[in-house]
Amino acid sequence: MNMQLDMRLSRIIELAPGIREFWLCREDGGELPTYSGGSHVVLSLPLPGGIQRNPYSLLGDPADCNKWRIAVRRQEQSRGGSVWLHDSAQEGQALKVSMPANLFPMARLGRHHVLIAGGIGVTPMLSHARELARLGESFEVHYAHRAPEFGVLADELRTLAGPDLHCYVESRGETIDFSKLLARRPLGTHAYLCGPQGMVEAYHRIASEMGWPDTHVHSERFLAPPPGAPFTVRLAKTGKAIEVRREQSMLEAIESSGVQPPFLCRGGACGQCEMEVLDCDSSLLHNDLFLSQADRDSGRKIMPCVSRVTGGCITVNL
Amino acid sequence: MGIAFRDETFRDTFTYRNSDEGIRRFPFPFGLDQYMYSVNIEPHTAGKPDSVYQYAFDIDEHYIAECRDRAITLEKDPGRCISLPHMMDSEWDVLELIMTSLSRDYPEHFALHRDGEQWTWTNRPLGIEQAFVFGNAQTLPYPPFEYITRQTQGDFVIMDHRDGDLWADAGMITSQADWSLAFDVGMSFKEWHGPVPRAHEIGVFDRALKYLLMLQLGNPVRRLNWTMTVNPRLDTAPETYPDWGPDRTSVTLDNVAEKVHLRVELQALFRLPRSNGILFSIRCYMASVGDLARYPKWARRLHRVLRDLPQDLAEYKGLVRYKPAVVEWLSRLDDGVPVPPGTDPE
Repeated sequence: MNMQLDMRLSRIIELAPGIREFWLCREDGGELPTYSGGSHVVLSLPLPGGIQRNPYSLLGDPADCNKWRIAVRRQEQSRGGSVWLHDSAQEGQALKVSMPANLFPMARLGRHHVLIAGGIGVTPMLSHARELARLGESFEVHYAHRAPEFGVLADELRTLAGPDLHCYVESRGETIDFSKLLARRPLGTHAYLCGPQGMVEAYHRIASEMGWPDTHVHSERFLAPPPGAPFTVRLAKTGKAIEVRREQSMLEAIESSGVQPPFLCRGGACGQCEMEVLDCDSSLLHNDLFLSQADRDSGRKIMPCVSRVTGGCITVNL
Repeated sequence: MGIAFRDETFRDTFTYRNSDEGIRRFPFPFGLDQYMYSVNIEPHTAGKPDSVYQYAFDIDEHYIAECRDRAITLEKDPGRCISLPHMMDSEWDVLELIMTSLSRDYPEHFALHRDGEQWTWTNRPLGIEQAFVFGNAQTLPYPPFEYITRQTQGDFVIMDHRDGDLWADAGMITSQADWSLAFDVGMSFKEWHGPVPRAHEIGVFDRALKYLLMLQLGNPVRRLNWTMTVNPRLDTAPETYPDWGPDRTSVTLDNVAEKVHLRVELQALFRLPRSNGILFSIRCYMASVGDLARYPKWARRLHRVLRDLPQDLAEYKGLVRYKPAVVEWLSRLDDGVPVPPGTDPE
């Protein structure tokens, strides 16, 4: 179902305190498929407690068939994948990696493209900028980061965007003012943002207030599955009962039992891993960006990559 | 061992025939005695050797004749190949996919040499040797999508993926079952499937679209579709209806076995890497009712499917006028014994 490539970490580069870039090569030395700007891959990280699968945007040159590049920020408050990549991963480490998928594509009918990055959200913008530069399209980049040393990859962006790269350094009091940035844009302009939750919400709210059509306001945000109380998931078709630990996602627990449900983004965005809920003796905790309010109200659907229940037992049609 | 290509026509003299092997490997679409729409999609992985599913793009004994027929149609109507301006990345994606597949799967007939962006393509059946620069359309005699699909059996649509929908923004369509690229180009997924009866009501297109939007690189999928055609004519387009429509009145009990052909489309969908678009390939196979009926299992099953086909589906597929003759001819070969499920000839 989900094709996995056997790869290894061929290079690790310290970009800034808490930000590392990784190069991925195929174990067999073979060529990698090319990909479109905005694509991500899912890394299977061999954590001590079991495999954790996390999505990361590809930031390199899609035409480079020898390596894929990702950058990872160390997230202390998460489930350990980024901490493992920072503290334990060594060059030469073998990893399973998915084929690229794109949930954040460039709008090819766009006449002008405004790329906006907050912090580590710069990674998909690099691949977009590269694609737009190759096609000779009109674009500009706005890159906000905490302090000068965190402006990683700005030099690379500058070679693509030239004077159309604008950096905003928070420690100097510089921030992106969306009501200015999104004002007086000609028809056919598309905006793209990847950044922290508050930034994504402000951007969508202001764009909507200014009358931007939803189809022209793009964003990408991968959610990490939040930890929660342990519970049991029962698979109706086999009767199998699986314990989901505190820091584990429901999808990871099902996978560790040997069942392979389909998945794509593992960040609550794509809808591929949707499961039908047959029974639940506690409450559903929806953390995804995919299900509609009506779906949530029905209590019949759950996205097991990021969502869980408050305890007890949930039975899914699997 | 190479393929023995046939010298034959798909118009005027209609010398198209299948060899015995061509009939045996025909993708007979009916696994049950009754036919109804479904989202009958499966992974497009390598199938049995010598089946039409063995490779991503099937090349068979009709290859040279089909390419020749496509060239005739394009000569008369260049509008059968259309590509909107934002589709150039996907054009190169398709050229790369087809060239790498054919040269890998049929090395005796096709070769591709790559040195960075300097590519050389060899097509031995058509006698073509072409050096070009990948990514530079000026170095090919046609735009990349037209160039490679003039050398491939089957029709092709490239869908652009945007706004949570798939848009038919490019196509090479010369062997279609009565639909017009010039009319459909630029339409969304549900718009261009608009005329299909029943399927919308049972939610087929909602589910199919949702599924296709998730299609992954490296995991193509396929399905079969079918209709019938009087005379083995590839170009049954609305644009040329006056040429082939009247053929439907020419079917009699005496000529039905030779004249009426089951027309099966092997449809495959591939996610494209650079453009994030989707290639929809529609590979057309035709076999006369008489040839198919040489296998008793297929004769019985085809009789039952056509006899019980709902009227609106028969109308949509354009079979109404000659279906009674086909059913009557096949009924003589159907003794009513149960036919086991499955599409294999024996």
